[in-house]
Amino acid sequence: MSKVFAPLLVVCGAMFFYAPFLIVGAPYEATMGLVQKIFYFHVPSAMTLFLSAFVAGIASAIFLFAGRPAADRVAAAAAEIAVVLGIIVLVSGPLWARKAWGVWWQWDARLTSTLVMWLVFQSYLLLRRYGGPGSERLAAAVAIFGAALVPFVYWSVNLWRTVHPNTNVVPTLAPSMRGPFWFCVAAFLCLYVLLLTLRTALESRRSELDALYLALED
Amino acid sequence: MKRTLAIFVFALLVMATGDLHAQPPSKDGFVPVDQLGTQEQLPATPLVAAAYGVAWGAVLVYVWTIWRRLARVEREIAEVSRRIAAGTRR
Amino acid sequence: MSFMAAVALVVRKDLVIETRSREVVYTALLFAVSCVLVFAFGFVNEGRADPAAAAAILWIAIAFSGTLALGRIFDRERQNETMRALLLAPVARPAIYVGKLAGVLSLLLMVQAIVVPLVALWFQAELFRHASLVIALLATGSLGYAAVGTLFAAMLARTRGRGALLPVLLYPVTIPVIIAGVKGTVALLQAEPNLAIARAWLMMLIAFDAVFITLALWIFEPAMAE
Repeated sequence: MSKVFAPLLVVCGAMFFYAPFLIVGAPYEATMGLVQKIFYFHVPSAMTLFLSAFVAGIASAIFLFAGRPAADRVAAAAAEIAVVLGIIVLVSGPLWARKAWGVWWQWDARLTSTLVMWLVFQSYLLLRRYGGPGSERLAAAVAIFGAALVPFVYWSVNLWRTVHPNTNVVPTLAPSMRGPFWFCVAAFLCLYVLLLTLRTALESRRSELDALYLALED
Repeated sequence: MKRTLAIFVFALLVMATGDLHAQPPSKDGFVPVDQLGTQEQLPATPLVAAAYGVAWGAVLVYVWTIWRRLARVEREIAEVSRRIAAGTRR
Repeated sequence: MSFMAAVALVVRKDLVIETRSREVVYTALLFAVSCVLVFAFGFVNEGRADPAAAAAILWIAIAFSGTLALGRIFDRERQNETMRALLLAPVARPAIYVGKLAGVLSLLLMVQAIVVPLVALWFQAELFRHASLVIALLATGSLGYAAVGTLFAAMLARTRGRGALLPVLLYPVTIPVIIAGVKGTVALLQAEPNLAIARAWLMMLIAFDAVFITLALWIFEPAMAE
């Protein structure tokens, strides 16, 4: 882990240092002006949120079906990061919406489904904390259902006419906005890999501690 | 492990200062209709600043909580290992 | 033993127990009726209520009483340690899941048989105008809710986890099902019922049911392993 970690850390740091220059240099969007700059990390963090939900779901499935405890640790880490990313998305979104739509919150398809997905992973964390021994499998089941909600969240804006921008925005971005946007996406991916590695390491150390406690009782 | 974590947090803080060095916006490409002059408009700057602040804050606080938990687990591992070693010596 | 025979056995076992004690039916029913009553006091103004309120109350009552029923059904299994006995039986695990699901679902539908006319009466809601669509919405919604609920409650009964965690886990995952049910019912309760929208939500519910039941059947076996 540590061989890749340090260079990745440097790359990530450099990207996040450079990103504000790119974001500020990008052109203003015609109707929304300055507040549209939130887009440059609201959408990447949403994409990373979906990724983390998938990782948690797939890792949970591997844990349930192949019985690998390491997969359970990755799932726990991914779920926690999903909750943190969800907070970023669900706070930056309304701050943008307040200016762009005039209201802080709307019960439209994507906001509702993102909130629901965030709640599912929040309940995953509660279960892992208060569920007692043997609740890892149930948590894995919850994570699988949570991950199954991701496609629903993504396509919800296409299924219903809603005020949220639909999924055609990114493919049709103005060329001078594409560079900063995809740069930010890459930066967030870097950050996600780092966070996941760190958090999984914490879970591994915790299970080592559990094994030591068991050895102590012998 | 803890050292890499410390470097990571420091690097994040350095990144945060990058925001302070950003240049003012250039006026090529699309120049929007300038509606920011009217007093009825919501000022966008506090919203954008708050959004960026929350995003940075969330990530930094999260990394800090991982550091704290990791430190606690490392302490406990050292403690339990010591007790096991003491127990087996008897 | 064939799959369907195993399912039938599990269902019969639960039915026999339930007919003798009637504990879960009565408690779930009373709870649902009290729920509707409390909301009626809040929402009904001079005998009329917003159609959205009536639809919402109906589905909330179903969700709450469903959680109660699931809790009681699986607490019974946990207390008598029959869960392990069931799992040791030489039948396919999915058959046990389907049998339990059938029991939970029939309980939910029994409760709804009483609650739906009550809501129609107290909220002056025209629930019987397009009865077949309302029944379809309720059936598919209950199926989706029960599918996830049975899985989670069964797994909770296996661990030493507290049953109080069931609502915490169940509600977020089933909120999309409830939303679809409520919106479909609202479309039918309006002054000008919108059948197209109601049918669209019904399609959504069927899609949810397909996904949830598939996932639950897939997960049940490894999840219940020791």
